[in-house]
Amino acid sequence: MGRYLIRRVLQFIPVFIGATFLIYALVFALPGDPIRALGGDKPLSNSVVAALEDRYNLNDPLLIQYGKYIGVVPDDKRGFSGILQGDLGENFRGRQVADIVSERLPVTVKLATTAFVFEIILGLIAGILAGLRRGGFLDNLVLVSTVAVISIPSLVTGFLAQIVFGVELRWLPVSGIQSGWTSYVMPGIVLASLSLAYIARLTRTSLVENLRADYVRTATAKGLTRGRVVGVHTLRNSLIPVVTFLAVDLGGLMGGAIITETIFNLPGLGRAVYNAIFAQEGTTVVGIVSFLVFVYMTANLIVDFAYAALDPRIRYE
Amino acid sequence: MSESRGAKTTRTGPGVQEQEIPGLHVQPELEDGRRNRGLWIDAWRDLRRRPLFVIPAIIMLVYAVMALWPALFTGIDPLARGSCDLTRSLVTPSREHWFGFDLQGCDNYARTIYGAKISMAIGFSVITSALVVALIFGSIAGYYGGRLDTLIARLTDVVFALPFILGAIVIVSALRDSEFLGMKAAVDGALARGFFNLWFAAVLLGWPTMLRMVRSAVLQNKEADYVEAARALGASDFRIILRHILPNSIASVMVIATISVGGIIVAEAALSFLGVGIQQPNISWGLMISESQRRITTHPHLLIFPGAFLSVLAFSFIAMGDALRDALDPKLR
Repeated sequence: MGRYLIRRVLQFIPVFIGATFLIYALVFALPGDPIRALGGDKPLSNSVVAALEDRYNLNDPLLIQYGKYIGVVPDDKRGFSGILQGDLGENFRGRQVADIVSERLPVTVKLATTAFVFEIILGLIAGILAGLRRGGFLDNLVLVSTVAVISIPSLVTGFLAQIVFGVELRWLPVSGIQSGWTSYVMPGIVLASLSLAYIARLTRTSLVENLRADYVRTATAKGLTRGRVVGVHTLRNSLIPVVTFLAVDLGGLMGGAIITETIFNLPGLGRAVYNAIFAQEGTTVVGIVSFLVFVYMTANLIVDFAYAALDPRIRYE
Repeated sequence: MSESRGAKTTRTGPGVQEQEIPGLHVQPELEDGRRNRGLWIDAWRDLRRRPLFVIPAIIMLVYAVMALWPALFTGIDPLARGSCDLTRSLVTPSREHWFGFDLQGCDNYARTIYGAKISMAIGFSVITSALVVALIFGSIAGYYGGRLDTLIARLTDVVFALPFILGAIVIVSALRDSEFLGMKAAVDGALARGFFNLWFAAVLLGWPTMLRMVRSAVLQNKEADYVEAARALGASDFRIILRHILPNSIASVMVIATISVGGIIVAEAALSFLGVGIQQPNISWGLMISESQRRITTHPHLLIFPGAFLSVLAFSFIAMGDALRDALDPKLR
């Protein structure tokens, strides 16, 4: 177990560096000159351009630039300072990317949390109800409705929800974040819908498989009540894959919300990256994406550890 | 029927008795091939009786016809000069024009029909390309193991760590001015502006899921007796992988591939909606939804028709994949 944990942590580093390098190289290849674009219609003087290019290391080759960015190659002015030291760098307007992240992060976290709560409550209830009565009416209802939910893209559900609940019924704010937490209810449900359906199906499948297991028969044969057999013995085992999915999904919700943020006009991290790409703010793009990658990978790491600790049947060498 | 029911336990539920009598239908020379064919024949016999497979399959065929010969469904070519009339801008649905008109006064029904081409093309081209990558590198990683396996595993980890939509936006933007030796111009000219970049980004981000499935299936099968037998008979690695391991590993991958076609179709719409996918004047449902955005409260017909066509197509692939999984994997009957 100990060796497994160490190996898993060691794997984290090359994957993180690989992912950030991939994004960095792509942003490096973005067409257009970001420095000249800063001047807008008025061309910048050559000395200003030279000073800015020097400041942001734009004249170094890709690998050196990247090395300075992640903090393994010393920068002339700041020394070893990069994402490995926790410094996300600054954008071409001199603003710290970490500031942009901390400004946008609360919106993304609130959205992801709302979605997360909905998918746990609704997904688990639907999955358990369906799994307990396999082949029954509820089971078929859940199966068909989850396929429907998975198929209708958030593009469509988002706008439909806006028309129905925002404009016609006036139950919830249509867009923006001016109305406090109620602003997050509709986008939260729209964002959650896909994972919600997956959780319902995963719970159902896992429950159905476990209800057939020998230990369930033994528990029933001992004379335990149905409630105890299901609630204590079966559910606990059935929820292991669900919990895994949930934790990984929390990481995914943080990075996958750009469509929802666009539809509902929420100023979250996804929108910030999107705007930064079109403004050619390379550092902002790489900084925020690296942050999202880090969150996602950490969630995965925690899941693996929890998995190894929770399920004694799983042994790692 | 009788020969295909022999060795592989695909039909009956628990499957315990059948596994214990493999000698009943053994046909030594062709056993491997027949088992495999039997699995698919069995699956087909099962599938054609399931409404949740047959209905989506018919829908998918209708869309395929729509994508290949849109003129069969509508007399109006929305891309032809003079097919739009600004005096009919935003006219709501009527008996003659069921889907109404868009802002430019183009017939919304004709545009929706013509949108099928892009969705079908991107769905199939991305998944076949990703499947080829996954089959080649997945079987190499699973069969040979070792350092190559580790390297491929880390590569999949890297790609997995990137959020799909955000990653695709960055890739498409970075490739905006690249030419790919003229291939891009050719593909975009034949299908739609922006198609090549979209395909490239989706394949680049889409192969790892299938690769992992191929790899684990190959790992499961490579110790099997029939592989040992083939090796003892002197078969080359290439032949063992291609003729023995892959046919037995492909079932689970096909399920994921079918479902993923739906996912890619939705992703195309999402990226076109964000402005990094298919470009004007070509027609894509994502673009149509994006154009409808400012007017959804006053003219919901602009959103509902492309949205419904998109959802129904995605539904068919996902439902077909689901039914395929149930038919190929009897464990959950």
